[in-house]
Amino acid sequence: MSILVDKSTRVVVQGITGKEGSFHATQCKAYGTQVVAGVTPGKAGQDVEGIPVFNTVHDAVKKTSCDTSLIFVPPPFAADAILEAADAGIRLVICITEGIPVNDMVKVKRALAGRDVRLIGPNCPGIITADECKIGIMPGFIHKKGRIGVISRSGTLTYEAVNQLTNLGLGETTCIGIGGDPIIGTGYIDLLGMFEKDPEPEAVVMIGEIGGDAEDRAAAFIKEHVRKPVIGFIAGITAPPGRRMGHAGAIITGGKGTASEKMAILEAAGVRVVKNPAEIGKTVQEALSPRGGV
Amino acid sequence: MNIHEFQAKQLFSQFDIPVPRGKEVKNPVAAEKWAAKLNAPVYVVKAQIHAGGRGKAGGVKLTKNRDEVPGLMKEMLGKKLVTHQTGPKGRKVRRVLIEEGAGIAKELYLSLLVDRDSGRPVFIASTEGGMEIEEVAAHTPEKVLQEAIDPAVGFQGHNGRNLAFSLGLPALEPSIVNPFIALLGNLYRLFMEKNASLVEINPLVITTDKRLIALDGKVSFDDNALFKHADVQAFRDLNEEEPLEIEAAKNNLNYVKLDGNIGCMVNGAGLAMATMDVIKLAGSEPANFLDVGGGATKETVAAGFRILLKDRNVKGIFINIFGGIVRCERIAHGVIDAAKEVAIKLPVVVRLQGTNAEEGRKLLQESGLKVEVATDLWEAAQKIVAVTGKKRKKAEAAA
Repeated sequence: MSILVDKSTRVVVQGITGKEGSFHATQCKAYGTQVVAGVTPGKAGQDVEGIPVFNTVHDAVKKTSCDTSLIFVPPPFAADAILEAADAGIRLVICITEGIPVNDMVKVKRALAGRDVRLIGPNCPGIITADECKIGIMPGFIHKKGRIGVISRSGTLTYEAVNQLTNLGLGETTCIGIGGDPIIGTGYIDLLGMFEKDPEPEAVVMIGEIGGDAEDRAAAFIKEHVRKPVIGFIAGITAPPGRRMGHAGAIITGGKGTASEKMAILEAAGVRVVKNPAEIGKTVQEALSPRGGV
Repeated sequence: MNIHEFQAKQLFSQFDIPVPRGKEVKNPVAAEKWAAKLNAPVYVVKAQIHAGGRGKAGGVKLTKNRDEVPGLMKEMLGKKLVTHQTGPKGRKVRRVLIEEGAGIAKELYLSLLVDRDSGRPVFIASTEGGMEIEEVAAHTPEKVLQEAIDPAVGFQGHNGRNLAFSLGLPALEPSIVNPFIALLGNLYRLFMEKNASLVEINPLVITTDKRLIALDGKVSFDDNALFKHADVQAFRDLNEEEPLEIEAAKNNLNYVKLDGNIGCMVNGAGLAMATMDVIKLAGSEPANFLDVGGGATKETVAAGFRILLKDRNVKGIFINIFGGIVRCERIAHGVIDAAKEVAIKLPVVVRLQGTNAEEGRKLLQESGLKVEVATDLWEAAQKIVAVTGKKRKKAEAAA
């Protein structure tokens, strides 16, 4: 099993004729993902490497029964693209776009509340279920079907962690980048719950960073509801307060959201907190070894 | 993006939020003229820098004597203000605001920002104005009130009444309840229309003649939405920003200057932070945060090099690239070209991992450059720290 996406997932790529969209649609397809449609307004009838292009997500759903959307639309239009996907009945929307205005996301989040649609991102690398389907921009080849679920606010740092897991022969089930923006569709808690229920993953790696209190709330959830080992890393112990570290959401404000504070809260909730990002894989291995359950 | 207080007050005026009469003046002669025009019982001369805590640092001066205004202004211009937000180096005062003073009966606190968890704009208000809200929250959390706004319908009258009554405004001064609610609505409008990320009025005062006035103002904007607002972009003051950061932004690089000795160049923000952290664990300090982006190219690597080398504190460079979509052999070519172009004399450690990493490492090893090549993150961090020495932060070294 896996969470959210698998071999049967049917994907539409919004913004498929753009440079990023066409490249990654092709890459996802090559990985084995069923990329069944693309959308670019005004370009219906064209195709991208054999993937048919439609004018609207509605048309794509009607013609191809796609159920999941991958968005590469530029920031000024991305909020509209997310809402279009939801409106067309897409159940899972994965938005890669970086740089969407926060107030646009405030409205999107409100509009999606209570509806039967899940948003992942924005400003994220997407989702991959190892050796089944890749819906995002991550390098597929570093993933190997295995035993660990991964949730992360970052992109390349996730690849770093995944690479360590793969090299140690642990492998991954599903890896999700939840995004580095202040307002995101799906947070740690929902995904931790899914990994806990899914019989496949034996442990969960959770990669956070400075800013906000999402990790603090996740810690409370882990303490109450997660029995599987959780291995955590928080990036930004050296980050100064008040400065945005690349990601729009990675900023320490009013002395809140520091890495050391988050690490302490996670540790208190029973999470194995890794201080050295080079040791994420090793720590997972220790947690899973018969004597590691101390 | 941050703006100055006098700019925030200009915006407040546009949105019918009452502020004291005041303006930025450029020189003592203009100050004299403006003071005459103000003809107020009290004059306030305020240093304009992008940092809080100005009052305690001598950045705010009051006088009842109009003739003193130009002198106070002259004294303030060019002065270095050291506040808890500027760091020990302080910030030079280049701009000054002169406004009329207000008779203060009561100071309130008011701000508006987006709550990440609920995804809604939230007003934060307190009767304890004029103090740092973090302090109030730490000691008397019950005095910090919140009111979330539903973005689907925007600010509603009941949002305002909830706050006004919980703050006990009718008991303080019944006649300001309605102006207060109107002010909240205007502030919300400003926040949404201008894509602010924070609006803070501290203090919001009730004057002795029963008016409500924003005595101070702080507004920060969402960088991702600046493209929508030419007027907001015009508020940008490059003097308040780090020159290397401005240059990095021109090259689409994300750079934050820090105080350590090891310059880092990384693709991706999370990995860039993790790289800084690993440098510290290995016994040194990072000189910067530099994210060359998920789609790093030869050009961005070259631009990154130039910026790192302009920082005099940098004693060694650590390049950490996890090739995903970015192919490592391209990065290697970029490093080789840049190294030739800028004649790098400092030790460099390059760690390549991911797509075509081996090819990239081979290229670097055969390039004849004095570049250490590494595979593993920890190994790489130890190498760069070993060649640069376990340097302490400048501040610590001086102590």
